Amino acid sequence: MTGLSRRFGRRRALDGVTLTVGPGDCLAIFGPNGAGKSTLIRILAGLLEPSGGSARIAGLELPGGPAVRGMVGLVAHHSMLYPALTARENLVFVAQLFGVRNPRASAAAALERVGVLDRADTPVRSLSRGLQQRVAIARAAVHAPRLLLLDEPFTGLDPDGCAGLTEILAERRRAGGASIVVTHQLADALALATHVAVLYDGRVVRYEPRGTVDPDRYADGYRELVAAGG
Amino acid sequence: MAGTSTWAAALVIARKDVAVEVRTRAAFLSATVFALLAAAIFYYAWDPTAVSSLDLAPGVLWVIFTFSGLLGLNRSFGAELSERAIDGLLTAPIAREAIFLGKALANLAFLIGVQLIAIPAVILLYNVPVGRALWGIAAVGLLAAIGLVAVGTLFSAMVVNTRFAELLLPMVALPFFVPVIMAAAQATTTLVAGRPIAEAGGWIRLLGAFDLVFAAACTVAYPFTIER
Repeated sequence: MTGLSRRFGRRRALDGVTLTVGPGDCLAIFGPNGAGKSTLIRILAGLLEPSGGSARIAGLELPGGPAVRGMVGLVAHHSMLYPALTARENLVFVAQLFGVRNPRASAAAALERVGVLDRADTPVRSLSRGLQQRVAIARAAVHAPRLLLLDEPFTGLDPDGCAGLTEILAERRRAGGASIVVTHQLADALALATHVAVLYDGRVVRYEPRGTVDPDRYADGYRELVAAGG
Repeated sequence: MAGTSTWAAALVIARKDVAVEVRTRAAFLSATVFALLAAAIFYYAWDPTAVSSLDLAPGVLWVIFTFSGLLGLNRSFGAELSERAIDGLLTAPIAREAIFLGKALANLAFLIGVQLIAIPAVILLYNVPVGRALWGIAAVGLLAAIGLVAVGTLFSAMVVNTRFAELLLPMVALPFFVPVIMAAAQATTTLVAGRPIAEAGGWIRLLGAFDLVFAAACTVAYPFTIER
């Protein structure tokens, strides 16, 4: 991402964001409400056009065509699932759209990783919020994307769900895939990330490799930063 | 990962929509109940000594189709808003046209399903002697359904994000439905009167031309209705 910006009317949601996420990296982005985190995710998912600047995935400009969309997996605020269909049907549908060679096997494998295989044939509307979130995570990963975008992925997850998410991110990292996690849950995200950034008022005000960060002191530093207005 | 062609993706989306409708039965039940109730109300309001059933039935049939079809078209993209499933479609590596074609195919299946119940109901209620005209009526029904679905699916996508989508869809779509309804009703009148299908040839050609032009135009126009 280079100088990425986005305006909604007169309001500037993103203001010159420049970040790079390499293969195998997991970037955690923190920031208060309205900082522009979800806008950034929606631009990278191809759902919003930037007002300025540019973003590339594996050299392909965003918002691109089917080739670039096929490289991205998205966990958004909403589950993007069909409540009337079962968890398995939802994932098979997505796998088919993404041209996965064996949609049923890939769907089953993704559901197993998040621990929902035993409820695979239950309609999504009958699953608890946490289980729906797990299915949404499996949905994002069913086609083994090169870039996984996760907007508040910990919402509703219990420790088992968090473990499933951690496993998926670790597997993506081993496969050379990158991920961007946008969240308020500092401790959970710090455990996963290779890099951390803070977005405030649409700008990146802090960016550093995770290895240079002391998790215990990072939360205090983050709160002070936000309280001081970035 | 292999790529997904436009038609393959359209079929996947259509199958999904039909599966959702089979599970919920929300739109199909309301559309068929509406069609049967409307046929009955027209029947009780009808004075057989003033208007013959052959003159009245085609008009009744196409009024019923139009409005029961709108019930299904309203749900077409409305169902995608729950849990923002539409974002899932927009982030899939498929041509935007595939979304439109998939939705249109599902809507066509929906409308044909309503026709399969409404046509026999109107034939029985109004004692219409269809005889050998049945296949002709079925062909007219299919051609008309394609036209209604092409236009209706596009407008459904356009109004779905508005606050008054249920009100707006009929207002914007009905004027475009007029040529289809007019041609279908006239062709049906000719066929149920027992006249040769060649006499309805002009109306059937109009339906075919409308289908070709609007199916192509709406498929091309659909990607422009998607707000980034």
